[in-house]
Amino acid sequence: MAAASMMPIFSQNVSSNSDLVPEWSRQEVSTGTTIMAVEYDGGVVVGADSRTTTGAYIANRVTDKLTRIHDRIYCCRSGSAADTQAIAEVVSYQLGFHSIELDEPPLVETAAHLFRASCYRYREELMAGILVAGWDRRKGGQVYCVPIGGMLVRQPVSVGGSGSSYIYGFMDSNYKPGLSKDQCLDLTTKALTLAMERDGSSGGVVRLATISEDGVERRVILGDQLPKFSTH
Amino acid sequence: MLQSLNPCQEKSGGFCFENSRRNAVLESSLSDVSSKAPRARKTGTTIAGIVYKDGVILGADTRATDDMVVADKNCRKIHHIAPQIYCCGAGVAADAEIATQMMASNVELHTLNTGRPPLVAMVTRQLKQMLFRYQGHMGSSVIVGGVDVTGAHLYSVYPHGSYDKLPFLTMGSGAAAAVSVFEDRFKANMELDEAKRLVRDAITAGIFCDLGSGSNVDLCVITAAGAEYLRGYDRPAGKGKREGQYRYKPGTTPVLTKTQTPLSLDVVDATVQMMDTE
Repeated sequence: MAAASMMPIFSQNVSSNSDLVPEWSRQEVSTGTTIMAVEYDGGVVVGADSRTTTGAYIANRVTDKLTRIHDRIYCCRSGSAADTQAIAEVVSYQLGFHSIELDEPPLVETAAHLFRASCYRYREELMAGILVAGWDRRKGGQVYCVPIGGMLVRQPVSVGGSGSSYIYGFMDSNYKPGLSKDQCLDLTTKALTLAMERDGSSGGVVRLATISEDGVERRVILGDQLPKFSTH
Repeated sequence: MLQSLNPCQEKSGGFCFENSRRNAVLESSLSDVSSKAPRARKTGTTIAGIVYKDGVILGADTRATDDMVVADKNCRKIHHIAPQIYCCGAGVAADAEIATQMMASNVELHTLNTGRPPLVAMVTRQLKQMLFRYQGHMGSSVIVGGVDVTGAHLYSVYPHGSYDKLPFLTMGSGAAAAVSVFEDRFKANMELDEAKRLVRDAITAGIFCDLGSGSNVDLCVITAAGAEYLRGYDRPAGKGKREGQYRYKPGTTPVLTKTQTPLSLDVVDATVQMMDTE
């Protein structure tokens, strides 16, 4: 179908040297990132940092990595900026079309499957780690993890990106099932802050979104308002 | 199930990589003879854009380099896409030029088909989809800026097809120098003069602090009323003024002694060669 033709004909890379143009301007733009999504009873909380890098240069320090796929379905993007933006656009189109056909809001599971289909099919050529999260009438708040390679698994809480390695311990010890919305927001903010402190490729501001039956509530926590921890 | 590369499949246009292995072999054999293969000309560049009170201002330097040699001292890096949408191109000169020309054509066709003026978001989307399709082989980094019915917008698009929407942007080899000026002095909703000065200063920072950028500053001011292309708005890197003269009057140096020795030479052979003065 039309959307599939948006995917390019892949081929090997041919690199070139040039002294005048700095290394970072020739590298691909990556969202070396920390992303997170948590389910609670009645919805999900998604969060991300805001740093996009080309090599060692920060191309965008206020990136929005929480991308709207549908009214109540968002995705958190990590990996190559170009790849994830392209996939998200393709899936938005496919899901929008599907939703019009069904004449009802789409399921989060459907969105996750569409992501997985693209990520798995082109797994050799893409570098994309995505968290799909949202709310639908059938199953409520759901978080699906589609990491690099194209696996699909539903998890109550999931973290991703280069900064996620630093907060697995924090997540394991601080997440409990049955948290409230505000507790989830607090957990996400703290986790992202800790990751941003330790991961060079994550930083900037913390972007949060709460998705529930009532809609999407977005907020930004600026650098100076982030929680402070005792080690610094 | 997995996508496989089959070189025998028919190509539907775009790049053909059949010769890349042959080229690699040629390049290595050329390096044995110590001569280099020809390379694509890059515009090591400084381009910048800001959103100000009434619209968008785009700025660019005017130097095009061929490795370490300046190929063009006054090239145009701000390209017209639509009457109120302009595009600054950095990276490989040819790729940036072609990409913007294709966008301009598409936009013109779209306007004729729909009868509506184009949106900046539309130009950005087509550009990024095309660049993503070529997976970074089209080495053009682009800043798209303009005013449409929804307001003033500024986008940057990278060679691999990612884009950012921001109130101020810089790209090219001089981006780091230029963005530092923006980070220091940018404010939302600036007045026209202050905004022009800011963009001029940012490009000037790139011209002075980056080897790949130089010559003049071009500006393009786009508002709801139209676009004003200020070619050669500022020439910060002019040729220096000579401070002193190295010609001295005859007799400045006193002559102490003079010896003349005539050399007796015979004319052996006289030939005349006509110069081709056509």
